Amino acid sequence: MSNNPNETKYIEVPGPGKIPERDRGKRPVLEASHLGIDFGGLTAVDEFNIAIGATEIGGLIGPNGAGKTTVFNLLTKVYQPTRGVIMLDGKDTHGMNTTQANQAGIARTFQNIRLFDKLTVEENVKIGLHNSIGYHLPSAVLRLPRYWKEEKKAHDRALELLDIFDMADLADVRSSSLPYGAQRRLEIVRALATNPKVLLLDEPAAGMNPSETEELMNNIRKIRDTFNIAVLLIEHDMNLVMGICENIIVLNFGKIIAKGTPSEIQKNPKVIEAYLGNTAEGEEADV
Amino acid sequence: MLNYLISGISLGSVYAIIALGYTMVYGIAKMLNFAHGDIIMVGGYAAFCASSYLGWPVPLCVLFSMMVCTILGIVIEKLAYKPLRNATSLAVLITAIGVSYFLQNIALLIWTSNPKAFPNMADFVPPIKLGDITIPSVTVITVAASVIIMIALTLFTGMTKMGKAMRAVSEDKGAAQLMGINVNATISTTFAIGSGLAAIAGVLLCSAYPTLMPTTGSMPGIKAFTAAVLGGIGSIPGAMLGGILLGVLEKFAQAYISTQLSDAIVFAALIVVLLVKPTGLLGKKITEKV
Amino acid sequence: MGKKINFLGKTNKNSLMGLINFGIIIVFFAIITILKGAGGLTNALEGQLIPICAYIIMALSLNLVVGISGELSLGHAGFMSVGAFTGVIVAGAMKYNGVNANLPRLIVAIVVGAILAAIAGILIGIPVLRLRGDYLAIVTLAFGEIIKNVLNCLYVGVDAAGLHFSVTDEAHMDMAAGGTTLVRGPMGAVGISKASSFTAGIVLILLVLFVIQNLVNSRTGRAIMAIRDNRIAAEASGINVTKYKMIAFVTSAAIAGAAGALYALNYSTIVPKKFDFNTSILVLVFVVLGGIGNMTGSIIAAAVLTILPELFRQFQDYRMLVYAIVLILVMIATNSEKIRALWKRFTGLFSSKKGGSVNE
Repeated sequence: MSNNPNETKYIEVPGPGKIPERDRGKRPVLEASHLGIDFGGLTAVDEFNIAIGATEIGGLIGPNGAGKTTVFNLLTKVYQPTRGVIMLDGKDTHGMNTTQANQAGIARTFQNIRLFDKLTVEENVKIGLHNSIGYHLPSAVLRLPRYWKEEKKAHDRALELLDIFDMADLADVRSSSLPYGAQRRLEIVRALATNPKVLLLDEPAAGMNPSETEELMNNIRKIRDTFNIAVLLIEHDMNLVMGICENIIVLNFGKIIAKGTPSEIQKNPKVIEAYLGNTAEGEEADV
Repeated sequence: MLNYLISGISLGSVYAIIALGYTMVYGIAKMLNFAHGDIIMVGGYAAFCASSYLGWPVPLCVLFSMMVCTILGIVIEKLAYKPLRNATSLAVLITAIGVSYFLQNIALLIWTSNPKAFPNMADFVPPIKLGDITIPSVTVITVAASVIIMIALTLFTGMTKMGKAMRAVSEDKGAAQLMGINVNATISTTFAIGSGLAAIAGVLLCSAYPTLMPTTGSMPGIKAFTAAVLGGIGSIPGAMLGGILLGVLEKFAQAYISTQLSDAIVFAALIVVLLVKPTGLLGKKITEKV
Repeated sequence: MGKKINFLGKTNKNSLMGLINFGIIIVFFAIITILKGAGGLTNALEGQLIPICAYIIMALSLNLVVGISGELSLGHAGFMSVGAFTGVIVAGAMKYNGVNANLPRLIVAIVVGAILAAIAGILIGIPVLRLRGDYLAIVTLAFGEIIKNVLNCLYVGVDAAGLHFSVTDEAHMDMAAGGTTLVRGPMGAVGISKASSFTAGIVLILLVLFVIQNLVNSRTGRAIMAIRDNRIAAEASGINVTKYKMIAFVTSAAIAGAAGALYALNYSTIVPKKFDFNTSILVLVFVVLGGIGNMTGSIIAAAVLTILPELFRQFQDYRMLVYAIVLILVMIATNSEKIRALWKRFTGLFSSKKGGSVNE
């Protein structure tokens, strides 16, 4: 794979630091500075800074309870930050809710899978496509030609997206009856369907075996290349993180303890200490 | 003016006792026990039967009524609610409505819809005269009972092992179970206590408003839930505060605005509270987990 | 690559379900018409025909909220009552102004009734839909009671100058001589000149089915169901939660208003108390028994549960008791984990033979 981070050519830019060479001249798609949130006097995340390049794959790692998912909840505006600024594609997300943040270009998956259980696989993807389906209620109720045209378009697009993970033949299956791994993949497809600029993946490889993880890595790269988007992922599987992420942020107790390329992170004594002094991977993580 | 305040506090104290039951069940089982009001009605009928048909003395009547309601509460929980421990709140609420209708219609078959004249069971204390105002004995007893119950419940949840288990279950069912707390037994006990309180509320309510019908409990039940929400669901002093406030509001609305619209005003208050401060006056904020 | 074009197949399945619903209603209409012609209908049953239509529409309307939107509305009779009283006033005013034909009066009454119920739905929905679960249910209950209380105080009359309203008594309406009182507070609407017909009821059901089914099978319907299944994931997918909950709630309120107008114009008097909490629960029983989210079930349950008590009058006393037990048993049967597991094992016996399950 030509896109292996070990072969990524980095360039130094002021601010974000090392970014992949292909993002030269492009502004970071997601930037957060001095981000923090308190829960009832308890600081869960503090001084979180991040800049993700337009087509960068970033990793967010850290021991259980470090606040990784909380960062995702902040970036997608599920929680409103107590402090700090989040810029999404140059736009300040201050005052946005989750819906608006998604429409502004950030999509995510969930650690504890959240599919629309009673809907089919295809319908789940069509929810992602919702804002790009161009008809309103009257044309639906009266079944005007516009309805049929747009529904056909959405159907074709949904199958096309499902094909990324070879799931097109599962289109009519109820999403709750999918096997675990397929549910995780469907969440990614649904998130992609919202046409995001940044895709946040919360433990995409959880519960997958090594060969599935390998396939997932290829698919994440494929997604990045086809859709030209940035990806930020939380993951405990270090093979995946080190094999795919171009920049990694290490979080512990709600604070960033290290930042850098995979080779830098692997050598960082603080990271080693945080991991060895803490729990092993694969446990049930925070929230 | 002062008369309305006194009757408001009296009514409010009854709401408070019912609300205490609501708030405990809601706080611990995380369900709106819609049938709670109808347990009050059953309590009223039990006391009525013991007194009118069996001629038992008042303390025995009250005790009998409490026993009936406690058992009823436990049975309802076991049969109707326990199978739905992990179901959606929609399913649980519909079931609770079913239980409420079941109790009302059973009562209708047994006692018919003709109102029964409930004897005043609180007249063993003399009314208090303050100048030209008389505080009726029911009011004295009701207010005293609600205060005693509130204090007792606060001590119970704070000091006893079972009380602590209840608080643990209300915080996190799963974690409580891992700590060796018998969640089912705790929830059962909560229902037992709540239903026992409903019996007392039933006796007091019927002593103050002595027409007993199968539907006697439903409106006070809903209003007491309003009171519990107003005070902050899960909070014992909150239920007390909410109950009194609601009772006073209702009596003032009846006196100064319109008898017909007093219920509407009470419900409007509920809506305003839920919108402005959904956690109630003394409740704490809950953050949703994602 | 298992690429399979199942767009048409899927749509066919959905429209087939829709066609079945239309079919049931038309067959029902045909049977009743034939029975009527042959004189096989008892008076009691004939009197129930329009209420049956109204309750079917109510059940469909509530199922849109409970089944599709996943929220429990306990004040649905309130919307019905708004539609009923609006309809009575509109039809009464038209009659006063010389419109004697029934059909135009009924149509205008239903349309205006639905519009006013929709407005009530918007006013109630704005505060209510911010709440969740139990709180939402209890607030809809509160609104239902408020509507009933307010209507209990409402006096409406019509004279040459137009409509007159009062919330205190008849005298305060300041009506000119020769005016007619249409609504008389707790006594309700009096002297209604009937305008509903069974045929109109059937047409209204078909219309409502058409609207609901097309709504459900659209991007709007999907969004509503997505919010029901997982609100947070819906938000993260860019769905405007409040907007779509509102669409479901207001559409449902409008339909209930239409049902109310149809229902009220079948009687000569109607009181606000008719549309109390018990009526809301009755409709909920139809929805639960017919299967939450299942429109066909709602239709059948509403019709059967309205006809049965008429046929077995001797069991009238046990009617609500039986409904209560049905509510409890249906909820336990469909939601208990033990029974679910049992059912899964049972159905698993068959599906494993077919090998239809999806494996990794």
